[in-house]
Amino acid sequence: MAAHSHHSSVENENRVIPPPQTKGIWRVFIILCVITAIEFAFAFIMEAGTLRNWIFIILTLVKAFFIVGEFMHLKHETKSLIWTILVPSILLVWLVTALVTEGSYINDIVFNYFK
Amino acid sequence: MKASYGKLMMWFFLLSDAFTFGAFLTAYGLMRHRHQAYTGSPDDFTFSTAHWPIPEKVFNAFPGFHGVDLPLAFVALMTMILILSSVTMVLAVEAGHRMDQKDVQKWLLWTILFGSMFVGCQAWEWSHFITGSEHGMKLPDGTTFFGANLAFNEYGPVLFADLFFFITGFHGTHVVSGIVLLIIMFISTVNGVFQRRGHYEMVEKVGLYWHFVDLVWVFVFTFFYLV
Repeated sequence: MAAHSHHSSVENENRVIPPPQTKGIWRVFIILCVITAIEFAFAFIMEAGTLRNWIFIILTLVKAFFIVGEFMHLKHETKSLIWTILVPSILLVWLVTALVTEGSYINDIVFNYFK
Repeated sequence: MKASYGKLMMWFFLLSDAFTFGAFLTAYGLMRHRHQAYTGSPDDFTFSTAHWPIPEKVFNAFPGFHGVDLPLAFVALMTMILILSSVTMVLAVEAGHRMDQKDVQKWLLWTILFGSMFVGCQAWEWSHFITGSEHGMKLPDGTTFFGANLAFNEYGPVLFADLFFFITGFHGTHVVSGIVLLIIMFISTVNGVFQRRGHYEMVEKVGLYWHFVDLVWVFVFTFFYLV
């Protein structure tokens, strides 16, 4: 064990470490910060409503695209892996749509049935 | 698929985890629409079990600024901390590709630090939510109840507090397990395990998990605090 680690440390000293390539990473960070700031601004400038909610949802999906695509590297994986992850996720969109509609329906039954 | 077995399985786990969080947020959407929405002007808003609260009115406190109305400021700060921890995680993975042990150690430590800061902020947020406001809520037996637990909630319908505890709590649990994994990665890096192995793929896999936790928070921030 000791001999082995000694050997690898010698190897490390002789090896040249390439310089970091971090420009793209910081670019994504700035994009994410700006989008969060825009969301935060919309929360105060705009009146609450359906339009504002859709702006929030779209901005969130843009942020998700950058996190999954760049940080999790999915954009640069093979096509089959990209689709394996994306297709099941689409089911969630249906789940949310269906159950939010259901919630509005229950609300209508509870509060308006005897009117 | 060209991805290694371990990475592929991490992706499948994260997909299943996305469904768990998706179910939580869907339940929130359902319950929110099942309750009456507040229709008056935001300035006249009062806490009541008759309507769903406006999040900006519930989460408007900041440590050290007692009584000052700072809507969502603390959550925005938490979001920035978590995004920053995601960036330091990518930097650790990038250093791993270059087999730069020192840099991997440095960026892993930063990620652990920002992750712990996030959990600390959440602990404060929870304690503030549980302690409650100064006015509290009048109960039928004449006593006043402050804050919230799983059965009573001064901010609005009981389910609002329940979903807050479950969604942010489940996310916080994920952050804590992420920090544990990161500490294990840090110890292994310091011991030179990955250097001997010839690659830092394990750091990459933990990185995938960590970014996922950040991704979930982005959705929680939108659907719990903004919408």
